[in-house]
Amino acid sequence: MEGQVINFGPNATMPQPNIQPGRLSACQYADNFSDAHPPLTSVQVLIEAERCYYCFDAPCVAACPTGIDIPSFIRRIGEGNERGAAQAILDANIFGGMCARVCPTEVLCEQACVRNTNEDKPVEIGLLQRHATDAYFAAPERDDSPLFTRAASTGKRIAVVGAGPAGLACAHRLAVLGHDMVVFEARPKPGGLNEYGLATYKTTDGFAQKEIAWLLAIGGIEVRYGQALGEHITLAALTDSFDAVFLGMGLGGVNALGIADEQVGGVGNAVDFIAGLRQASDYSAVPVGKRVVVLGGGMTAVDAAVQSKKLGAEEVTIVYRRDEQRMPASAHEREWAQLNGVSIRTWSVIKSLTANTGAVTFATFSKVAEVDGRLQETGEHWSLAADTVLKAIGQTLVLADAGLAAVKLRAGRIDVNEEGRTSLPKVWAGGDCTFGGRDLTVEAVDHGRIAANSIHNALLPAAARPLTRVRDLTA
Amino acid sequence: MANLTTTFAGITSPNPFWLASAPPTDKEVNVTRAFEAGWGGVVWKTLGEEGPPVVNVNGPRYGALYSADRRLIGFNNIELITDRPLQTNLDEIARVKRVWPDRAMVVSIMVPCDEAAWRAILPRVEDTGCDGIELNFGCPHGMSERGMGSAVGQVPEYIEMVTRWCKQYSKLPVIVKLTPNIADIKPPALAAHRGGADAVSLINTINSVMGVDLDSLLITPNTGGTGSHGGYCGPAVKPIAQAMVAEIARTAAMKNLPISGIGGVTTWRDAAEFIALGCGNVQVCTAAMTYGFKIVQDMCSGLANYMDGKGFESIDDFRGRAVPSIVDWNQLNLNHIEKARIDQDLCIQCGRCHVVCEDTSHQAITATKNGKRWFEVVDDECVGCNLCVSVCPVPQCITMHALPAGAVDARTGLVVSGEYANWTTHPNNPARVAA
Repeated sequence: MEGQVINFGPNATMPQPNIQPGRLSACQYADNFSDAHPPLTSVQVLIEAERCYYCFDAPCVAACPTGIDIPSFIRRIGEGNERGAAQAILDANIFGGMCARVCPTEVLCEQACVRNTNEDKPVEIGLLQRHATDAYFAAPERDDSPLFTRAASTGKRIAVVGAGPAGLACAHRLAVLGHDMVVFEARPKPGGLNEYGLATYKTTDGFAQKEIAWLLAIGGIEVRYGQALGEHITLAALTDSFDAVFLGMGLGGVNALGIADEQVGGVGNAVDFIAGLRQASDYSAVPVGKRVVVLGGGMTAVDAAVQSKKLGAEEVTIVYRRDEQRMPASAHEREWAQLNGVSIRTWSVIKSLTANTGAVTFATFSKVAEVDGRLQETGEHWSLAADTVLKAIGQTLVLADAGLAAVKLRAGRIDVNEEGRTSLPKVWAGGDCTFGGRDLTVEAVDHGRIAANSIHNALLPAAARPLTRVRDLTA
Repeated sequence: MANLTTTFAGITSPNPFWLASAPPTDKEVNVTRAFEAGWGGVVWKTLGEEGPPVVNVNGPRYGALYSADRRLIGFNNIELITDRPLQTNLDEIARVKRVWPDRAMVVSIMVPCDEAAWRAILPRVEDTGCDGIELNFGCPHGMSERGMGSAVGQVPEYIEMVTRWCKQYSKLPVIVKLTPNIADIKPPALAAHRGGADAVSLINTINSVMGVDLDSLLITPNTGGTGSHGGYCGPAVKPIAQAMVAEIARTAAMKNLPISGIGGVTTWRDAAEFIALGCGNVQVCTAAMTYGFKIVQDMCSGLANYMDGKGFESIDDFRGRAVPSIVDWNQLNLNHIEKARIDQDLCIQCGRCHVVCEDTSHQAITATKNGKRWFEVVDDECVGCNLCVSVCPVPQCITMHALPAGAVDARTGLVVSGEYANWTTHPNNPARVAA
């Protein structure tokens, strides 16, 4: 897997002359893939921390899917109590380190900050959270007072499917409560999209793995790799041999384009491209096209497009079926794409691909307009020269296990109640595989924690804890 | 693992953070919110004797001093003691104590300076089940005009007398709260000590006038056109409080007298500083009135993490540790030489170090070098006063460095001796003693 991008389509073994590695110098690769948003300096930290007004019932806390006590952690940073700041963050969100690097704060906490009213400049909550978690992870545990300790063993065993943020957040919380966890992960490494999906310049230095290693150090969590649901393990076996099951397998499928010629060389899934790039240790060995087209409008599309440019592609174009404002990627993300030289074309859907010797050479689009809420072709067409077409038009839930045939779905995802319970007894779920939310990492963490508390209360009613959070199913 | 449980004057509380006697501790509803937030104890707002209570003005009662970004650093109040009936307060105190038995409940009292008045109120307060009493000898406004508050606090004989009555007519621990509106804090503290006080608490508020409204040319704040002096508190008064705490802590006769530190405690650092100066706990008011009760959680977190980092298991492990480092001026080492140094990587070139040194100090910082804007310390002139460090807006940009023994002080041409010598043996001192 290392240093090798996944070649696309049935002609994957054929050389693709325009898809080449080594387009840039070593310096350029280092620059392009270093921290996109470098951490605050110590002087900046103090200035930013002192801008926080310590609001009552703070709007930023309400906007945070995990409800981190932001005013407190910022105050603690300003008071030189960095460990206390990390404590406040990690208590609410065990992936507070990764979230600080990847959360779209511009549409979450920072857009809610009261300082926007008069200044258009919120407190830099994301960067402050990164400062506190970085400081903590640089020197985590003091032997005599770790942040988290495991309660006495309850004798209960819980299975988790998927070692992504939802599954691991659930596992950590239940391990703290004294339960024994077994996490079944299909891939060779844990982390889910934290490890295979997020853009490299957001998570430098192998941060995802370091964070997970720290999380697993709580004890009581066994992770088994190469274990895919429906292939190596079944839901029936899990519900039989464990006291409860949490499903956090994410979205394993991608939407098809629905056109002929989809299977030509150079056409592939954006998520596969991103995953391959994340696992590469030498960017100069990663092939990239000269002219890349990315279909779709979410963060996956932006990440694939920007990273193609950073690998040295000459022209990169995102093509979205509606207008920019309706792209799932935030305004901040769209600006980021354009700053990195990516063009965004709108109101267009793919019509056909032209191939030469089995590799794509042109992509042809139909212009569309919205008529009575539905997209209709206007009759106008346009084309782009392209040697690579990456599909980022949405991912789908794959129900690979017969035991899931009966689970209640909603809009193609697993339907859960506000405590994360599915319609199947003993089975909870969270993260992207469930209905509701914006498919954010921070939401997955919240789902995992809520389900953990619910599972704990169900298994040990005598030791039940008040559920201070429940899932918001309105979004 | 740090344990914040504290026992002060025989009163145990889960942490050393109490709320001071003031508006935040006025009523059951306030105190309940405080305990829900995690405060270790409260001193209930001062009770007066049976009879019609005092009345407060109905606005405004407070004034503020701000630093940049409109941050409150000084606060002034003209509130009096409780303006609710005595029995209402006593009933609430008893109720709250029963619901929160593990938290410290101390009741502040201010009645006229006669034995009968104290004999009457003490048993009623004791019957609430509270843990102790605090004698308010500090109110600088409103009550002092009636022969109470700071009118008592400025007369050591009265302090000793009333303290003795309280020890005689009640079994409760007696904390004597001292006023800072006094030339020397030692006589009142010693008087409380002689009277049998179980502890002293200081400081109460400082006499103050906040300002003048320049449009109307009236004192501000004012109540419909006229205003009075009030009591000043908040972050700005902390150094004054600390000086007085240190004075008491350094006095041999009072070395075992517990001290409750009050005055600008806003963060865990402030509390830790008071503790290092000899306090057994701290009382907070202005910070709670600025940010709300939740700050106690941040204070506890900060103090506990600090103690863990230092290996202190309880606050006793570092209480008073800084006191030996406080000496009289004439004991300071005149052979200790420091120079300032500007870190050019951190310098943002605002130039303020230069202008303050040039205008008001020793002309020891450049403004240009080789025709470029450049701020650098000139050791030939630098006396190590620390003014530039104090005004520089960038933390750690300017730092002070002690010259090692054997180095030459460029300013005097003398070699740094490395030996201790103070004013008492200096040749310039007409009252010098032999070295």
